[in-house]
Amino acid sequence: MTSFGAVVPAGSRKGSEDIAVRVENVSKRFRLYHERNQSLKAAMLRGGRAKYDNFWALKDVSLEVPAGSTFGLIGQNGSGKSTLLKCMARILRPDAGTIDVRGKMSALLELGAGFHPELSGRENVYLNGSILGLSRKQIDGKFEEIVEFAGLSKFIDTPVKNYSSGMYVRLGFSVAINVDPDVLLVDEVLAVGDENFQRKCSEKFAELRDSGKTIVLVSHGLDTVRTMCEKAAWLEGGVLKDAGTPAALIDKYVETTHVDRVATQGGGSRWGSGEIVVTKIELLDGDGNPTLWVHTGDSATLRFHYLAREKVKRPVLGFGIHNLDGVHATGVNSREAVAPESVEGAGYIDFVAPRMPLTAGSYDVTVAIVDENNLHTFDFQTKAMRFDVGRGTPSEAEGVFAIDGLWKFE
Amino acid sequence: MTVVAEVARSRELLGNLVQRELRGKYKRSTLGWAWSMINPLALALMYTFVFSFVFRAGSPVGAHGLKSFPLYLLIGLLPFNFLANGINGSMGALVANANLVKKVYFPREILIIAQVLSWDVSLLIEYGVLSVVLLVMGNLVIPFLPLVLLLIVAETLFVIGIGLALSVLNVYFRDVQHFVAIFLQLWLYATPIIYTYSFFRDHVLAVPVPGKVPTHHVWNHEWLLWLYKVNPMVGFSNSYHALMYNLRFPVWTDLVWPVVASFLTLAVGVRVFRKLEPRLAEEL
Ligand SMILES: Nc1ncnc2c1ncn2[C@@H]1O[C@H](COP(=O)(O)OP(=O)(O)OP(=O)(O)O)[C@@H](O)[C@H]1O
Ligand SMILES: [Mg+2]
Repeated sequence: MTSFGAVVPAGSRKGSEDIAVRVENVSKRFRLYHERNQSLKAAMLRGGRAKYDNFWALKDVSLEVPAGSTFGLIGQNGSGKSTLLKCMARILRPDAGTIDVRGKMSALLELGAGFHPELSGRENVYLNGSILGLSRKQIDGKFEEIVEFAGLSKFIDTPVKNYSSGMYVRLGFSVAINVDPDVLLVDEVLAVGDENFQRKCSEKFAELRDSGKTIVLVSHGLDTVRTMCEKAAWLEGGVLKDAGTPAALIDKYVETTHVDRVATQGGGSRWGSGEIVVTKIELLDGDGNPTLWVHTGDSATLRFHYLAREKVKRPVLGFGIHNLDGVHATGVNSREAVAPESVEGAGYIDFVAPRMPLTAGSYDVTVAIVDENNLHTFDFQTKAMRFDVGRGTPSEAEGVFAIDGLWKFE
Repeated sequence: MTVVAEVARSRELLGNLVQRELRGKYKRSTLGWAWSMINPLALALMYTFVFSFVFRAGSPVGAHGLKSFPLYLLIGLLPFNFLANGINGSMGALVANANLVKKVYFPREILIIAQVLSWDVSLLIEYGVLSVVLLVMGNLVIPFLPLVLLLIVAETLFVIGIGLALSVLNVYFRDVQHFVAIFLQLWLYATPIIYTYSFFRDHVLAVPVPGKVPTHHVWNHEWLLWLYKVNPMVGFSNSYHALMYNLRFPVWTDLVWPVVASFLTLAVGVRVFRKLEPRLAEEL
């Protein structure tokens, strides 16, 4: 940053090397009280405040959010994302380090904005507007737009305590973006709105981004981060694990964090006579390395390890793939494949998909080994393995399958 | 002073919050503003009954021979109620607005200031009505009202100072308000409101003790009186009485000490608030 940085007016900085939010060596400590009895009487009897343990929710976090960019924060539950965002919003005070935010900031934190439950939507809009530094006149000018965007004109004079959680978030979001912030902090709110509202939000985000505003976004929706953000950071246990472009970061994140998911996975059922069983299912990427994460359009192999405890004549292996909604995406078997007369001992069978047709999402594999006539089941396992598919080519496919094909413009 | 600057920048918000408090207070009942008069009037009636008829205490004599215990009482009681309401309101302000404090940033002092200012509005209305009654009774209070207003400003700073300190303490120790409620009861009796200052000075402190040397007794009396007057509300109350009941300028100590004490209290309150404020959002 040059020394002229400070003179560049907000809003006209797109493309410059300016930093909108600078987080330097920030640490935040919470107190975990041993007893929740907060009374003066108890304190006097005890001779001091309740004992507590220190819990460091953020440890020496440093990062920079370039002005005019959309920045994603990812990490598992409890990793400190919301805490970091609240520190940026000045709601929490870090115990060490500094945070600089340039320009007007507006924040929409988890579970809605700071509304007063007894007041009507209208009164809350004015109250919140004045908290964000707008004058009555300025809010008057934006009021229609705010209500319009939230789609709540019928309920605007109802106390917000009677709103549904979606309505609450809509109004909060609408206020937060319509006050013209330079920096918008958003924590996990898009998840609450319905599909229509989510689309409106995405459009609004794009609009804000195009007009040079900075957005910091916390989301568990990895695809949201992947498509909307230009940069992302990954928090783990309060420590900044990595930062960089979303695509690379998310791949790394998913690889690391999904290992324990498979280890703890269960919930499927299993039956069969057991002469031959599937011992393990592996997903291999194009280079033949085991993975739990492939992209649409990439080459992938499902490797089924088996163990035949005796000689089994012409076994047929079949597998099915369901998405998490339970939609049966596909089911195939090896009946017509070229196969040996019989198998015995350990070995594996590969199923090679030259171009993974599944769209982004998580999938469960069900596997079965039956006899030639499908009369006898040796082994049947539902939800034997779970794997993920990330956006690839085509990146905007919808549904369960990306149909294979070519576009031709004449 | 950064506090003043920050609060000044948020005056729009302050206005909104005061309005919200007032609307909450007066919208609920159909009687609206009239309701706020009924409470002090009922108190005045009760005390008058107890003191004038049960104890047969004589009414203090004011300007032009004005003799009315209820008027004397209200002149002191209304500003004391302002103090009590302001302190109680401040103590609840942070907890009641936890949702705001945890979700948006703004100078949190505003919540306490708004709370106290909303009670100021009530006091001004009540004092306005009282002044009309005094005028009808022949007490020409108008030339003394500017000084009364200045005293109310000073008392407001006093209440804000106490409110700031107690509001954060109440977040850390939720039972502070119970102790304060008891303390406020005692405070009322330690202030010349339901009795007159001269009655207290002449009859309570200066009770002749048989067999004691008079000089010692005089010293004792002076010392206790000073201690009594450390309570800034004594000076405030004496001044309000002098200005509105007796239509004369207050004794200068009754003016200077409350004002000095108000600024001191405000300074302490701001410091306590600033000290405990950083952890507010997570403790709430
Ligand atoms: N007020 C508080 N007092 C004590 N501990 C807290 C407080 N707020 C958060 N924590 C702790 O700090 C850690 C980080 O919490 P934080 O809300 O930042 O996680 P997160 O990354 O946003 O998680 P999620 O994905 O579930 O939203 C958690 O272990 C949480 O228990
Ligand atoms: Mg969170």
